[in-house]
Amino acid sequence: MFFETMLLTFKVALITTIILFLIGIPIALWISSTKSRLKPIIETIVSMPLVLPPSVIGFYLLIFLGPSSAVGGFVEEWFDMRLVLSFEGILIGSILFSFPFMVHPIQSGLQSLPKSLIEASYTLGKSKLQTLMHVQLPNIKNSLLTGIVLTFAHTVGEFGVVLMIGGNIPGETRLASIAIYDEVEALNYDLANQYALTLFVISFSILLLVYVINRKFSGVLR
Amino acid sequence: MISIDIKKSFKNANFHFKTQIQDNSLNAVFGKSGSGKTTLLRLLSGLETPNEGIIKVDDKTWFDSKNKINLPPQKRDIGFVFQDYALFPNMSVIENLRFAQPSKDENFLAELLDIIELTNSQNKYPELLSGGQKQRVALARAVAKKPKLLLLDEALSALDSVMRVQLQDDIENIHKRLNLTTLMISHDIAEVYKLASNVLIVEDGKIKKSGNPDILFENSQLSGKFKFSAKIMKIEQADTIFIVTLLIQNNLTKVVATQEEVRTMNIGDDVLVASKAFNPIIIT
Repeated sequence: MFFETMLLTFKVALITTIILFLIGIPIALWISSTKSRLKPIIETIVSMPLVLPPSVIGFYLLIFLGPSSAVGGFVEEWFDMRLVLSFEGILIGSILFSFPFMVHPIQSGLQSLPKSLIEASYTLGKSKLQTLMHVQLPNIKNSLLTGIVLTFAHTVGEFGVVLMIGGNIPGETRLASIAIYDEVEALNYDLANQYALTLFVISFSILLLVYVINRKFSGVLR
Repeated sequence: MISIDIKKSFKNANFHFKTQIQDNSLNAVFGKSGSGKTTLLRLLSGLETPNEGIIKVDDKTWFDSKNKINLPPQKRDIGFVFQDYALFPNMSVIENLRFAQPSKDENFLAELLDIIELTNSQNKYPELLSGGQKQRVALARAVAKKPKLLLLDEALSALDSVMRVQLQDDIENIHKRLNLTTLMISHDIAEVYKLASNVLIVEDGKIKKSGNPDILFENSQLSGKFKFSAKIMKIEQADTIFIVTLLIQNNLTKVVATQEEVRTMNIGDDVLVASKAFNPIIIT
């Protein structure tokens, strides 16, 4: 039971991080380089999870992804997949909720690079994609790492959204943070402590690792 | 030949550049800061888009507002040297140069490294190089793909005088070796005289004059045989005459002047020192 829950927790966190890494880079790139009037709107949407209570996001996801909604009904009919009270559901919730934790560090990393680096790459005949892969991303390793770790750690610690959209199905949607709440309610303090301590130690180790690695990266640049 | 006739407006500045540049010539773009020198280079490179006009390089059109042609910087066959070097921090010296080459030519890279005297430091990363070395790498990187047009945006202004002279020699060597058409922004009259065959004087967003470097002193009526550009460092009175201390290249020298002449001189002025060749002493 304990291991199943921890494994599920890290599975959700890992998949969320990978997906957000892939969609976070183009979005951060767009925000950091656009002059479009839409920019403040997109920035606001990306940042909303920072200020909204998780239960609000969870509530709307429940409404919009439920089997009786247009989106939920469509997915259920065509892909035979239920988006609420399911693994897929908490994955969608986690991705939306951790959005700013991936996009913000990458965005500020890209913005901190001198514009002349990108222009130099263009004048050397390199396309936008080549410039991104060979110049921009390799020079913001710190930011990429920060985005990855914050997203991962934040997903591991997520409670409200997951509870609202996923419920508490063992092995399917019960994540560690929910299990703690559950065990405390049932007065199983020992088991609750086991979950809590595990999360504490893992989070501490991950963050420590990031700061050590970041120090190394910036050491190279000095 | 490159012919330009382009207009560009920003919020508080208007530019209209019209000129022709000969193939394989080394052109200095000379003018006060804010006059539009950098804008001219950015418009040529495609990093900035003109509002209207035409840029033609030989029979190829780089920009033509009427026919909606606007080649991106990637397709303009240029080398651009930035004021802040813009070396890629994640690449070593040799990797920076390799990145610039569409097809590998290690012999040419070795030759470039030799010209910029960094053969032994080719595996160093940019943060370990001095300012002068960084700019030499930036210059080599800009020509590593043998572009048609080399643009230098105040490339030497951040360097001390010794490094400057070295970079000037590099530019001259590379220009001769590759026969590039070159446009370099310079504030330094000595530099212009040393390197350029043609000067474009930019004033208030326009190319006011162009021609050989003597046009910088077109108003002077002199026909001296020796000419040096110099900077006035000090003016002091000695009895009835004045002694003007001048900086010519890296040498200080003193020249006498009358009260009448001194009246129009200010410390820091760029001037031309000329002497008729009646009795020069040549020391070998």
